[in-house]
Amino acid sequence: MTTTIPIRVTVNGRVYERTVEPRLLLSDFLRHELELTGTHVGCEHGVCGACTVLFDGVAVRSCLMFAVQAHGHEVMTVEGLSPDPNHLHPLQQAFHEAHGLQCGFCTPGFLMTLVPFLQENPDPTEEQIRLAISGNLCRCTGYENIVTAVRLAAAKMAGRPVAAPTHHASS
Amino acid sequence: MKPAPFAYHAPHTLEEAVGLLADFGYEAKVLAGGQSLIPTMNFRLAQPAVLIDLNPIAELAYIRAEADGGLRIGAMTRQAQVERSEQVARSAPLLHEAMPLIAHPQIRNRGTIGGSLAHADPASELPAVLLTLGGRVQAQSRRGARTIAAEDLFLGIFTTSLEPDEILTEVYIPPVPPRSGFAVTEVARRHGDYALVGVAAWVVLAEDGACRQARLSFFGVGDGPVFANRACALLQGQRPDPALIAEAAQVAASTDVDPQSDIHASAAYRRHLVAVLGRRALTTAFARAAGG
Ligand SMILES: Cc1cc2nc3c(=O)[nH]c(=O)nc-3n(C[C@H](O)[C@H](O)[C@H](O)COP(=O)(O)OP(=O)(O)OC[C@H]3O[C@@H](n4cnc5c(N)ncnc54)[C@H](O)[C@@H]3O)c2cc1C
Ligand code: FES
Ligand code: FES
Repeated sequence: MTTTIPIRVTVNGRVYERTVEPRLLLSDFLRHELELTGTHVGCEHGVCGACTVLFDGVAVRSCLMFAVQAHGHEVMTVEGLSPDPNHLHPLQQAFHEAHGLQCGFCTPGFLMTLVPFLQENPDPTEEQIRLAISGNLCRCTGYENIVTAVRLAAAKMAGRPVAAPTHHASS
Repeated sequence: MKPAPFAYHAPHTLEEAVGLLADFGYEAKVLAGGQSLIPTMNFRLAQPAVLIDLNPIAELAYIRAEADGGLRIGAMTRQAQVERSEQVARSAPLLHEAMPLIAHPQIRNRGTIGGSLAHADPASELPAVLLTLGGRVQAQSRRGARTIAAEDLFLGIFTTSLEPDEILTEVYIPPVPPRSGFAVTEVARRHGDYALVGVAAWVVLAEDGACRQARLSFFGVGDGPVFANRACALLQGQRPDPALIAEAAQVAASTDVDPQSDIHASAAYRRHLVAVLGRRALTTAFARAAGG
């Protein structure tokens, strides 16, 4: 009964062919088969959001999909965000600058949730940002700096002037 | 935390899918968005021997308006698509307003309207919305197709009148008359959690401002969505002033529902929420019916 199934999945632009058991979760496929361990696994029941990836461009829980369902589809993980090892994606850069992460466990999930969100909402309100990240849990940074990071990223990506943090105000 | 082994089928047509389901019977489960089924499989609370994946079946995902204002939504339409549909916002504002209350954006990107109804979690929003709107669903098996009205669909906790060989294929929402008003509201521990208690309300005003019809369903207070018969009867034909609305909500709390205590909330607190949320929802729905 545990027959395996050949699949062909594009991950971060690269095509992978593997043969997997149907019960293999997409999250475990990415981590164990492809060794893309940037996708984190916290709860495996859809609550924490750490495993969020883009599936055909849409943010989904990779712990709530089977790898066989990705056959013929495109997945993007946090590893696919930056153009090269020396440059961060603007959203990653903003998390770095605004201290939007501490241990970093939740960060890949936040990033993969927020990349499509910012594409659809280039100038989001704080309320919209908080709703967007309502399905991602962070247990150590707290959400304030994450929200700040999102606003910073939105401003930078749109080329808008960035309001200086109050404690840096010089004039 | 890993699912037990199963055999996987990914048919591309509904006909193939009902054929597979008929062949495998009780051994099989259909996989829709997987947002309820896969967590239970990860915890091995469910161990189906066969999974029939409906995701490749393109013919099950659509939103179609009928000439008379009714709405047909394919079972595999993602909750996020329903949420963003302007057609749904126009034809079924109650459904539109309920969507963001379901879980989180990433879950709605995958979860389906049909899956939510077939799953029939007593704390979920859509069964109560369908019941309030007097909607129905289409079920298909190799034996044929049939229509199931919302009041006949939900039998109990995670239990519907769908037979094991039937696939829910379509959700139908009837047109609403003018001077209709809607509201849906809930109390949950955290945003996106299942509701402790929630309510979906639809009222219609007569030309003289009296209540022509009121329909009120609660969720999180029973084995399935609970239609508040006595509260609705009380409102019928009456002027919906604040005193009457408060009385109707109180009647709902004391006689229409029979909530249980669990780790999330006591029965008494749930009853209290029924009165408070019932009043809020009716107040909003009547105001909207009068205003638009
Ligand atoms: C963290 C989290 C929070 C959530 N919060 C909420 C919430 O607040 N409110 C809420 O309503 N839901 C909530 N959900 C559940 C979510 O809405 C699910 O998407 C939904 O309940 C099931 O839909 P699905 O398409 O994912 O179905 P699946 O999980 O694929 O299936 C669920 C069940 O229904 C059966 N089924 C599915 N489709 C059909 C069909 N077409 N015909 C016959 N049987 C079918 C399956 O066999 C299975 O038994 C939450 C989920 C998670 C993970
Ligand atoms: S690991 Fe997928 S949501 Fe927590
Ligand atoms: S940075 Fe540690 S959990 Fe969010």
